[in-house]
Amino acid sequence: MSEKFVSVTGAAAPLLRANIDTDTISPTRTEKEFGEKGGSNLAQFLFANWRYDENDNPLPDFVLNRTSFKSAKILLTGPNFGCGSSRESAVWMLKAFGISCVIAPSFGEIFYNNCFKNGALPVILDEATIDGLAKEAEPGEPEAIFTVDLESQTIATPSGKTVPFTIPAFRRQGLLEGLDEISLTLQRDAEISEFATRAKQSRPWAYPNS
Amino acid sequence: MSKPLTLFEKIWNEHVVADLGDGFSLLFIDRHNVNDMGARAFITLEKMNLPLRHPELNLAAADHMVATLCGPLDPSSVTSPYVLTARKYAEKFGVRLLDIGNDYHGILHVSAAELGFALPGTTIVCGDSHTCTLGALGAVAWGIGQSEAVHVMATQTSVQRKPKNMRVTLTGTVPAGVTPKDVMLYIIGQMGVAGATGHALEFAGPVIEAMPMEGRFTLCNMAVETGARFGLMAPDDTTAEYVNGRPDAPTGADWDAAVAYWQTLRSDDGAAFDQELTLDVSNIEPQVTWGINPGQVVGIGDAIPESNAEVDRRALDYTKLEEGAAIKGTPIDMVFIGSCTNSRISDLRAAAAAAKGRKVADGVTAWVVPGCQSIKQQAEAEGLDKTFIEAGFMWGQPGCSMCGGSGNEHTEIGKPGTRIVSTTNRNFVGRQGVGTYTHLVSPLTAVASATTGRIADVRDLEGADV
Repeated sequence: MSEKFVSVTGAAAPLLRANIDTDTISPTRTEKEFGEKGGSNLAQFLFANWRYDENDNPLPDFVLNRTSFKSAKILLTGPNFGCGSSRESAVWMLKAFGISCVIAPSFGEIFYNNCFKNGALPVILDEATIDGLAKEAEPGEPEAIFTVDLESQTIATPSGKTVPFTIPAFRRQGLLEGLDEISLTLQRDAEISEFATRAKQSRPWAYPNS
Repeated sequence: MSKPLTLFEKIWNEHVVADLGDGFSLLFIDRHNVNDMGARAFITLEKMNLPLRHPELNLAAADHMVATLCGPLDPSSVTSPYVLTARKYAEKFGVRLLDIGNDYHGILHVSAAELGFALPGTTIVCGDSHTCTLGALGAVAWGIGQSEAVHVMATQTSVQRKPKNMRVTLTGTVPAGVTPKDVMLYIIGQMGVAGATGHALEFAGPVIEAMPMEGRFTLCNMAVETGARFGLMAPDDTTAEYVNGRPDAPTGADWDAAVAYWQTLRSDDGAAFDQELTLDVSNIEPQVTWGINPGQVVGIGDAIPESNAEVDRRALDYTKLEEGAAIKGTPIDMVFIGSCTNSRISDLRAAAAAAKGRKVADGVTAWVVPGCQSIKQQAEAEGLDKTFIEAGFMWGQPGCSMCGGSGNEHTEIGKPGTRIVSTTNRNFVGRQGVGTYTHLVSPLTAVASATTGRIADVRDLEGADV
C-alpha cells in the first residue's frame, strides 16, 4: 500500500515566491545524513537556508517559524514550485514537517510526480485565486483554517468560500485509495514480458544482452 | 496516410506497453541509469523483496559523491554511504557499476553516452533531472524520482502521462566565440524557466543539424531548466558517427538495423506541436547569468536588466549586483569547468586552446574536472592537462564535483560570499555552497574570466583564436 491522501485540515502557509527549487526545499548539505528516504531530521531541514541563520538559529520572520504557521498543513506558493533537481527529499521534508498539500500556479514536473508517490497532493490554481487564498490564510492558526478535500476536489476557506480544483482522475484515484503502483503494474506481468519479447524482435540492437 | 507524428511521439508510441487511460501510459524502459544518490532505491526494492527485473538494462555510477579535486582516489578509501550503497547493491543485483578506476567512471549522463549504453530511439530514465541530456542522441530520456526508480527496477516500466510537444527551431549561424552553452542560455532567457513545463522540447533547424554531437548534449542537458522534463533532437549522421564503435554500441547486422530505424526518427512534415518558437542565433553574444535561475541571463556586453519583478529583485539582492550595471568586469573568486553540461572532450579542447599561454589571475581558484575517465584519458593523451596546469588550473578526477556542491569528505564547495564562474547548469541560491554566487557561462567565458579575474569576454583576450 502507498500512502493515501483523502483530505487535510489546517493552516495554509503563504510563501508566494516564484521558482522555489528543490535545492531550496531540501538543501544539498542536508543530504549528508544518509537514509533510505533521507535522514532522521527531515522536518528540521525543510527550507533550512531560509529558516535558520548561519548559526542555525530560527529566523522569526520566515513564515514556517511563525507561531501561527508552525503546524501548517498546506503551503500556498508561486509558479514553478519544486523546479530543478529530482530529489524526492523535497516531498519527504514537506511531509515530515506536516505539509501534505501544496497549492501553486504550476509545478516542476518531477516534484509534481513525486508528490503522488508519497501521499502528498499538488493542486494547480491560477495566481489570482492563490493570492485570494493567501489573504485569507494570513492570520494562520487558530483563525484561518482551510480544508482541502480530494474526494470532492474542493478547498473550503476560512470565510466559507468553496474553491474547486481538478486532479487527473488516474492520480486522484491512486491517492484516495493509496494504491501501490508497483503491485498494480505487476498485475500486468505477462503483458510486460510479452512486450519485452516483441521489442527484442523488432529492435534487437537495443537489447543485446536480454 | 497516417497522422504525422513528432519525433517524441514516435519513440513514445513504440514503448507503450498499455494505455492506462486519462492520458497515462505504461512505458517500457530500455535503459535505467542509477547514480550514487539514487542507489537508495535498491534498499526499497530489497525491502519489498522484489527482484531487479532486467539487471542488464541498468547502469550504475559513483558520480555525485566522489571526491574529484584531490588526485587519483583509492577506491577502498571511499566512505560515502551513497557510494558504498551503490557498490553493495550493484553486486547484489548484478548491475554494472562505473566505480572509481573504471575506464568509464564519471558523470552518469556523460558516461552512458561515452560508453554507448544510451542509444538513439530508446527510453532512458535516471533519478536525476539532467537525464534529458541523453535526449540529444534522439532518445526519450528524462529524470524521475526515487519512488519512480523503484518502480522501474521492479517492472522495467514507468507510469507516465504523455506531455505536449514543443519545438524550438534555431536558424542563422553561431558567431565566433559563441558556443552551444551560450545558445542554450540564450534560449532559456527567451523562454523562461517554466516556458516548456508540461512539454517535450525538440530542438531543430540548421543550427542543430550543423552542431557536433557534444554541443547537442549541452543543449539538451539544460532542457529541464526551461521546465521540460524531456529535451531531444532527431538522430542523424552526426549521431550515428558518434555512437559507432563505442563499447556498448550495436555491431554488424544489429548496427545496420539500428541505423535504418534511427533514420525514421524525425518529426514528420505537418506534425502538430503545441508550441513552436523560432530563434535566430546569428547575433547572440557569449551569455552570463546574473541571478538565481538560468533564465536570468544577459549577453556579456549587456547591462543587468532593470526589472520590478519580485523574482529579479530577490535575485539581485542575493547576488549583490545592481541593475543597470555591466556584468562584464565583475570580480570573481573561483572558476569551475566541468559538469554534465560542459565536461566533454570538445569543451576541454576549446578551454585549453583559450588558456594556452595565459595564467589564472591572482586570487582566483580555477578547476577543470573532466566528465568521464575516458575523456580524462583522451585529454591527457592530447596534453590538455599540461596546458591547464601550466596556466594555473587544477586538473581533477571525473565526477559531478562542484556542480551541485554535494560535497564529501574533501569538501569541494565554495565558502559564503564566493563568486563562482561555472560551466554548470544551475545558479540556484547556495547551489555551489551556502552563500555562494554562481554565474553560468561557457567553457570559453570561464577561461577568459579565470585568466583576468573578472567576468570576461573571450573575444577580448589578446591573441585568442576563437
